This record gives sequence, structure tokens and C-alpha cells, in this order.
Amino acid sequence: MTTETLPKGRAALRERPRLLKRDGAWPWLFVLPLLIGIAVFYLWPIIQTAYFSLTTWGVFGGSTFTGVANYVRLFADPQLYSALGNTLLYTGIVVLGVPLAVWLASLLNTPGLRFASFYRVLFFLPYVAMPTAIAMVWRIIFNGDFGILNYVLKGFGITGPYWISTPGFALVAVAIVGLWSSLGFSMIILGAGLKSIPAELYEAAELDGATPWRQFRSVTVPLLTPSIFFVLIITIIGSFQLFDLQYAILGSPTTNPVIPQSLSLVYFFYQQGFVSNDKGYAAAIAMVIFVIIGIVTLVQFRLQKRWVSND
Amino acid sequence: MTNNVSVARTSAALSDPELDPTMPPPVSPKNRGAGSRARAARTARPGRRHGSHAVAHVVLGVGGFLMAFPFLWQIVMSLSTNAEVQSVTPHFWPAHLQWSNYATVFETLPFLDQLRTSILITVIRTLAQILLCTLAGYAFARMTFKGRAIVLALVLSILMVPSQVYLISQYQLVQGFGLLNTIVGLMLPGLFSAFGTFLMRTAFLNLPTELEEAARLDGANPFQIFWKVMLPLARPSINVLAITTVLWSWNELLWPLVVSTNSTSMPLSAGLATLIGDKTTDYPVVMAASLMAMAPVLIMFIVLQRRVIDGLAFSGLK
Repeated sequence: MTTETLPKGRAALRERPRLLKRDGAWPWLFVLPLLIGIAVFYLWPIIQTAYFSLTTWGVFGGSTFTGVANYVRLFADPQLYSALGNTLLYTGIVVLGVPLAVWLASLLNTPGLRFASFYRVLFFLPYVAMPTAIAMVWRIIFNGDFGILNYVLKGFGITGPYWISTPGFALVAVAIVGLWSSLGFSMIILGAGLKSIPAELYEAAELDGATPWRQFRSVTVPLLTPSIFFVLIITIIGSFQLFDLQYAILGSPTTNPVIPQSLSLVYFFYQQGFVSNDKGYAAAIAMVIFVIIGIVTLVQFRLQKRWVSND
Repeated sequence: MTNNVSVARTSAALSDPELDPTMPPPVSPKNRGAGSRARAARTARPGRRHGSHAVAHVVLGVGGFLMAFPFLWQIVMSLSTNAEVQSVTPHFWPAHLQWSNYATVFETLPFLDQLRTSILITVIRTLAQILLCTLAGYAFARMTFKGRAIVLALVLSILMVPSQVYLISQYQLVQGFGLLNTIVGLMLPGLFSAFGTFLMRTAFLNLPTELEEAARLDGANPFQIFWKVMLPLARPSINVLAITTVLWSWNELLWPLVVSTNSTSMPLSAGLATLIGDKTTDYPVVMAASLMAMAPVLIMFIVLQRRVIDGLAFSGLK
């Protein structure tokens, strides 16, 4: 065996340097246009932000190195904890959409279901809509005086709040829209997972007299766990980066007094960096967001590994 | 929403940079056909089928209506008068259709300037990403050169960094180049994409080598091989890249908000954001503007529905 493969191996060894030589400068011609852009606009900015986070910026520009001062200030800043809490609340609500998406996706994948592609388009529509444009109508729907949501709630005898301008409710309103817009994407990912479950398992379950609910619990959910896990990761990381929807629905502090208590982490970053122009402080916030998302990802991969090995 | 696209991109790469590059089995049409036929046979039994489908239709119908409602409501509002929008008992249909609201958009807002900016930055970013990412992705997948592993790792490492981390510095760069409030400044960082490179590298890794070798024997140079042989074969992944880039570029808010301050140089996403909470604007006109701003992407989605859904799901699953 070994003697037979040796000549081949040698040939490959001889082949490799020749290939290298033949490609010559070509690979660099292919890679450099992208690489220059990536280096200038992504890699360098990452290093620079890390440095910025150690500097304090003057009102008229110019910055001085102040070491960990920004971080000391940040960890003593109640706004950080409020932003973190708000982001967690938002994430918690949007994550409720995942079990809902599992259920809806399994209904959508009912074999032979008519209008399935029509339903799929409807559920996916919010995902492709421009956040600022669709937020405009959500602001009307949530309006405390003439919004249709409160009108419907009144039908059930509930007096709806001023959603957009009441602390707490403002964030819930944003989370409802967040859930609405991400549901379709989760359903599609889960749907792809559902299609990979062999039909024989359902046949066997049915022969054993399992009800549809029992089939869902004992066949669908366990076999779908990898997809569910993936959707959870995407949803949580996406929710931690909440900005567009919040800005588009709630507006800025000049138009909505509830903003300072409702900031998400990224809105807090934007506020400090581009409204208050405190770029050193904002850089420190960005680094904290980076670390938090890194930790979330790590924890999730740990959990995933454990789950995989138990399987 | 834009967030989700970029996040899907990020986690996709995070989930495993060396992930098996084959199309995920669930999407394979052969599997799908066989599976659903078998299941259709199973549910074809009398009595059962009707019942279970009724539940699915009711739930999906109600859910689908709730999904579509904001769009429908926006259409109704865009054709109403401001008084009708603000009346305490909702007007589910305007007394007279106010088509003039659409004309007012062009008179009171710099809509055409913003539309032009949105189209320009989206088209140029998409073309640039396709060109740069396929070139680099091909080299990373199919060429051997010194430092390839390190360069690739550097590019892919960006996928793990949230965008806030490079935003401040990107802003400083664009400001330094004197490009604030310009189209070039708006599109600049978005011309380059680590996600696109990852996607295209995976696509090329997946293609057979025989054609390439045949072309090489015929004396084609590497660029000719890439351009004439390999690029056409990568069409499905290029479509995925184009769709995700168009969606992201058209809908993105934070970057345009930061680099454009006067309303005539903004794209639509940021332009609409300036109207939030503005008490003087008239609601129906804002609704009409929002609908028109979303329309190009929604039409693209409805025309290409399967391709967009499968493409985004595919980019998410990678």
C-alpha cells in the first residue's frame, strides 16, 4: 500500500511548487482590490476603535490618551445598565417568536397544503420591507389617540396606553414590530430543517397511534433542534444589535422624551458617538457590545456542543 | 430587518468557517419531492386530511393577514385625508381616494434626489461586491499563494465583529477624505464585503476542477479561466450575493444617518427617518412616500419570491 502511494505523493510534491509558480502574481491581482478595501475600511477601523476607546475627545476635536478612563466612566454609568436591561427585554420578547415560528413552519409544511407559497410570501414580506418606511405606519397603528391597536383593544374593554411615549410600553411596541419582522425568516430556516425529516418517521408514529400533537412533540421538535438552535442564535444576536427599528419607531430625544430611558445598547452608542460627539466614550461602548456579543456567541456554542454530544 | 440580514451573514460565518460547502440537503429538490409525495400519500386518507388542513389554513390565514396588515393599512392611509387618519373611530376606507397625496410627496420632500441616491448606491455596491468578492473568493478557493491562510483568516475575522466597532473609524476616514454628504462617501465601506467573499469562496470550493484544468491545458490564463469558465458556473451564489446586497443597501439606516446630514444627499432610508415625529408633516403624504420607498424592493421580492426566499435562507444556513 505505502509503496504504491509513494510515487503519487512525490508527484504531488513536485506538482505543488510548479502550481505555485504558475499562479505567480495572479492570486494577488485577484485578492488585492478587495483586500485593500477590507484593510482600510474594516481591519484598520477595528484597531483604531480599540485605540479610540482609550482616548478622550475635546469639544473642538483633538483627543488625548486617557487610558481606561472611558471604561471606568462607562461601568459607573447607569445608562449602560439601563441600555443593557432594555436590550435584554427586547431580546426576550423577540425570542418568544421562535416557538411561534416552529409551530407556524410546521403548519406551513403540511404536505399538499394549498396556497403554501402564498402564505410564505405573506410571512416573509415584513423581512424585506425597509424598517424606516414600515415604521411609519406602525407609529400610526400604535398611536395612543387614533391608533387602530388601541381601537381594537377597546373592543375587548382594555384601555390601551400611549405606546410610543410611555416608558416600558415604548420598548414593547418596538419588540412587537421586531417579532413581526423576523418571524418569516425564522420560519423559512425552520422550514428547510423540517423538509429534511424523513416521512417514514411520521408514518411509523402514526402506525403507533400518535396524535398530530404527539408527532409534533416526539418527532418534529427533537429532529428540528439544530435548526431551532441556529434560529435562536440569529435572533438573539440580531436583537442585541437593535437600532434601525427603534430609531424608526420611537424617533430621537428631541421628538420623543421617552428615548433616554428606552435606549438599546446600539442606540446608546449612536447617541454618545454621533449626537453628543463623544467618540472616545462611544468607542468604549462599541468594545463592550463586541465583548457581550462574543460572550453570547461562545455560550451558545458551548450549549450547542453539549447538546450535540448528548444526541 | 437590515440588521437581520447582516446578522444572518455574521452568524452564518460564525457557525463554522469551514462548514461543508454543499447546498444543505433540506433544500435539495429531489428530497423535497420524494418526501412530500410520501407524506401526501399518508395524509390522503379520508377524514384526516380535511381536518388538519382546515387548522393550518385558519392559523396561517390569520397570521398571514396580521403580517400583511401594516402594508394594507399603509395603502389605505396613503389614500386618506389627514383628518381621516387622525379620526378616533378608524376609517377603514377613505371617503374619496386621495391620489394627490402621491403627487404631494414630490412637491414637499426631496424624494427624487433620495430615490436617485438609493438607486445609485445600491447598484454600484452590488456590482462592486459581485466583482471584488468573486475575484477574491476565487483566489482563496482555487489558487495557491503565500500567506493565503492568514489573509483569509483576517478577512473572515471581520464577520465576528459587530458593525459598531468599525463605524466611528469609518466615519473619521470618510470625513477625512472630505466625502461626507457625497454619494461616494455613502457607498464606500459597502463596496467591500467579507461576507460576500466568504460566500463566493464557498461557491468556488464547491465547483468541479475538471473544466478549469481543461481550460488551463488550452492555454487560458488565470483571469480567462475565472471569467469565462468559473464565473458563469457560480451564477446561483452570485444571485444570492446580489439579493442580500440589494436588500441590505436599500434598507440600511445607521451609516447613511451618520454620513449624510442634508436631506438632499440622503438615501430614502435616512430621508424618511428625518420625518419621524415631525408634527407638521401630513400623515397620508408620509405614508405615500414610505410605500414608494419600499416599492422597488417589495416588487423585486414578489417577482423573484422563490429565489429571494431560498437565497436568503441559503445565506442564513451557510
